[in-house]
Amino acid sequence: MTTTTGTTTTTGAFGTARTRLEGREKVTGAARYAGDIPLPDLAHGWMVLSTVARGRVSAVESEPVLAMPGVLAVVHHENAPRVNLDYMGMIGKPDPILGVFQNDRVPFMGWPVALVIAERPEQAREAAEALVVRYDQEPHDIGFTAGHPDMYTPADSPFGPAVATKGDVEAELAASTFVVDSEYTTPEEHHNPMEPHAATAHWDGGRLEVFDSNQGSTMVAAELAQIFSLDAESVRVRSEHVGGGFGSKTTRPHQVAAVMAATLLQRPVRVVMTRRQMFSTIGYRSPTAQRVRLGTDESGRLRVLDHRSECVTSTVHEFIERSATVSRVMYDADAHYTSDRVVRLDVPSPTFMRAPGEAPGSFALECAMDELAEKSGIDPIELRVRNEPDRGPVSGLPFSSRNLVACYEEGSRRFGWADRDPRPGLRREGRWLLGTGMAAASFHSGAGPSTAGVTAEADGTFTVRINAADIGTGARTAINLVAADALAVDPERVRVVMADSDLGPAMLAGGSMGTRSWAWAVGIAVSELRERLALGGDIPPEGITARSDTTEAIGALASKERHSFGAQFAEVAVDVTSGEVRVRRMLGIFAAGRIVNPLTARNQLVGGMIWGISMALHEEAVRDRASGGLVSPDLAGYHFAANADVPIVEADWVDDPDPDDPVGIKGVGEIGIVGAAAAISNAVWHATGVRHRNLPIRPDRVLSAGTNVPEPGHAG
Amino acid sequence: MKEFGYQRVLEVSEAISVLGADPDARFLGGGTNLVDLMKTGVERPGRLVDVRELPLGHVELTSDGGLRIGATVTNSDLAAHPEVRRRYPALAQAVLAGASGQLRNMATVGGNLLQRTRCGYFTDVAGPCNKRLPGSGCPAIEGEHHNHAIFGASEHCVATHPSDMGVALAAFDAVVRYETADGPGELPLADFYLPVGDTPHLETALPSGALITGITLPPAPVAAHSRYRKVRERASYAFAIGSIAAALDVRDGVVQEVRLAFGAVASRPWRALAAERALTGGPATAEAFAAAADAELAAAEALPHNGYKVPLMRNLVVALLTELTEEAAR
Repeated sequence: MTTTTGTTTTTGAFGTARTRLEGREKVTGAARYAGDIPLPDLAHGWMVLSTVARGRVSAVESEPVLAMPGVLAVVHHENAPRVNLDYMGMIGKPDPILGVFQNDRVPFMGWPVALVIAERPEQAREAAEALVVRYDQEPHDIGFTAGHPDMYTPADSPFGPAVATKGDVEAELAASTFVVDSEYTTPEEHHNPMEPHAATAHWDGGRLEVFDSNQGSTMVAAELAQIFSLDAESVRVRSEHVGGGFGSKTTRPHQVAAVMAATLLQRPVRVVMTRRQMFSTIGYRSPTAQRVRLGTDESGRLRVLDHRSECVTSTVHEFIERSATVSRVMYDADAHYTSDRVVRLDVPSPTFMRAPGEAPGSFALECAMDELAEKSGIDPIELRVRNEPDRGPVSGLPFSSRNLVACYEEGSRRFGWADRDPRPGLRREGRWLLGTGMAAASFHSGAGPSTAGVTAEADGTFTVRINAADIGTGARTAINLVAADALAVDPERVRVVMADSDLGPAMLAGGSMGTRSWAWAVGIAVSELRERLALGGDIPPEGITARSDTTEAIGALASKERHSFGAQFAEVAVDVTSGEVRVRRMLGIFAAGRIVNPLTARNQLVGGMIWGISMALHEEAVRDRASGGLVSPDLAGYHFAANADVPIVEADWVDDPDPDDPVGIKGVGEIGIVGAAAAISNAVWHATGVRHRNLPIRPDRVLSAGTNVPEPGHAG
Repeated sequence: MKEFGYQRVLEVSEAISVLGADPDARFLGGGTNLVDLMKTGVERPGRLVDVRELPLGHVELTSDGGLRIGATVTNSDLAAHPEVRRRYPALAQAVLAGASGQLRNMATVGGNLLQRTRCGYFTDVAGPCNKRLPGSGCPAIEGEHHNHAIFGASEHCVATHPSDMGVALAAFDAVVRYETADGPGELPLADFYLPVGDTPHLETALPSGALITGITLPPAPVAAHSRYRKVRERASYAFAIGSIAAALDVRDGVVQEVRLAFGAVASRPWRALAAERALTGGPATAEAFAAAADAELAAAEALPHNGYKVPLMRNLVVALLTELTEEAAR
């Protein structure tokens, strides 16, 4: 197997490296984001968040604030119009935080309790900070712990069952030669895109228009229509440029607040969140407590894979960080047990955050596999290869394609894995102990129904219209390449119009499904258009347009295990006298279907891997038990990798064809982070002989744990 | 945020009179800390008096071989100055270990000394903090404090001073010069920061209305053999969890003179005088370095989650003094 960067079945634009179409606009500042759009008579709303973690609002003292300069209104639970939250959105039931100012209940610290609207943002902010809100405070519980007495098993969801079993775990465990039984934790983690959440709402000729920063305007428009009981056609949402989303830019309280204010005032209103507000209002990744039990026979073949994960959700909304589900895909075993349980505490609702489930789940599973490799004396890659399933280990379904072994082989060759001495604690360079580690990765590959229109213009160019979102990934450019390839024309001749709910329904940029979903719809529309163009004749001034809808095609897709896969490698240096850990190099080799644009795909994969460094070493939101709020919720206090923490990070891919798949694209948005933290943690063990099972691997923890290097002669 | 006035001053006397006339005014240096605190509502000045254009932007050699550093010298210029790098290398290293390039281009020497703690409770105006709101309590003691003080704290406050620069200045016996309406004054850095006690909101001994005009570093030949090392939770752009400035003069294996100061362990840069006394005149060995560190750290009072700072500082003392000893032998 060879790496095939840029050569995968390329006949045209597909697979060629292109810089972003809007790159110049972005780097010159010409690109306008949701908070930049000028509108006449624009007013500014500022959210006021609760300062207690549980209780009721007893008073909102608006009067003094209304007398402040420029203040137009204070909206709160006593004067806000009623909204509707009884609907099923694109990603499930709405989080009740969308029902802003509907009642006096405060379910967590940082819950929106009021919106202050003023002529200028500075006036709104000053008034919002001056607004006195009184509470009847109630005792709160924010302490997430493994085995919390209120932990429960949630109902099965469209994302899969909460518990999946196969075989007799305890019997197989008892019969196993090598056993690992370890507990792992990951902390509360936050996605906090560079561009804060922002929405500008106004009424235009009886239609509600919202300029927003989101991952899918179809989703947001449909939800706003539901929330304000409007006809779907009377809501238009646009998000031309989006400065990052990572799962956080769905329908959020700022859009609802902006629409509410624009409706009340009958003038345009903008609501922009501050960095601190984002830490309680846009969702986050739940902390997890995980236990993994593995048991094998003499040869390292798994008899048992038992992965139980616990997470937290709010008291008002159930979101499950499905960490154990990755184990249903990765390895075969005679007996399987996977479960995701949850406890409701007085904390904000968590949500989808880059590789939800797989990111923390792979940390536990892939560290446990490394511990098993150590115990059994089998090379970590060889151990994984011996446990490769030929069908879904729990589902029994065939894999659409699974080229994980090719990732191991290519990664091993390029990383130099064959020369590795498996014994820990042997390599030193000055004050640094050196080690290497690896981990496997997978992320599910799905698609969502989308519509698209492709127009052959009279001047020989083409226009693609699809409500896709480019959240910084290069989606606009990818759609351009997909369309140009299908049309067999130069990409320069293809214009892409997107990020506008008036273009018709389409999948959001999420779940690594955007490009796959949109390319599918564009491909069908182009086929249809080419058939019509083949009939000959002149193109009329309005052009010839073909439209597509993939709803049926997606529904007809055969039931299979569809995932991208990858192998992550890391080398670290550890100074146990100071506790510092530095990643020296990382390599990720992925099998992720057809790659549309190698430049932006590599950017996505490397970005995910760098996030993995942060997850392994830096990221951790600390919640104060007394107040129930976060300590230092800003980007100075919430650490992630700085440039100086990021070494040489290489990402590449192997051929991953699936002739039965109509698109062949799997998506690369999330798999880069999966397994990265485990590879780093495993490398830290290789450097020091100590397992770090609690993220992040902070200096104080490394310093306190020291080294544990076996006596010479023991092969560990 | 509160609306505020802004005024740029060009003369020291003007700065002092403007501030004296307006109790709601604050001096603005680089603004890298004050402006952040204004955004979060911790500071709410009615007027900013911008002192960056004052004629205090020079670093000069004194006749006795020390340095006079103006208060508005930027961190970047201080770290790049050839005499700083030659005579007090730990100071240049300390400054470069702080913040980011952009922040160092803005931040001033005077402002650096007066920056506030980065304790998360201090910056959260919704909650209690004795430093921000005297008498309201210190939630860090029962809460998140893994990067809080092990020396000199009290039941009222366990915050640390965040400066890197100040740690090197403490090691080199810096003197802070200031100007008031009544004339100039001086404060040794050792007396510049007040003990925490039951008044953590009172941080410095500067007289009311005073403007820091500069720092004097007395001549210190030992400082030419100095280093700064900072340990933090990422490789750059984070405050220290433990840092150390060390200078060492070793001859024939005997410590002639040593300077040691610790950062991120107290409400001020912590001069390790007990360790210095233990080392002076004794052997320059790893055992002696460790014993000296222990002599200093005997006074440490750790909280439940910051006890790691004791072995951390011990390890840093041994590592840095060993490096300096090896350097001297070459």
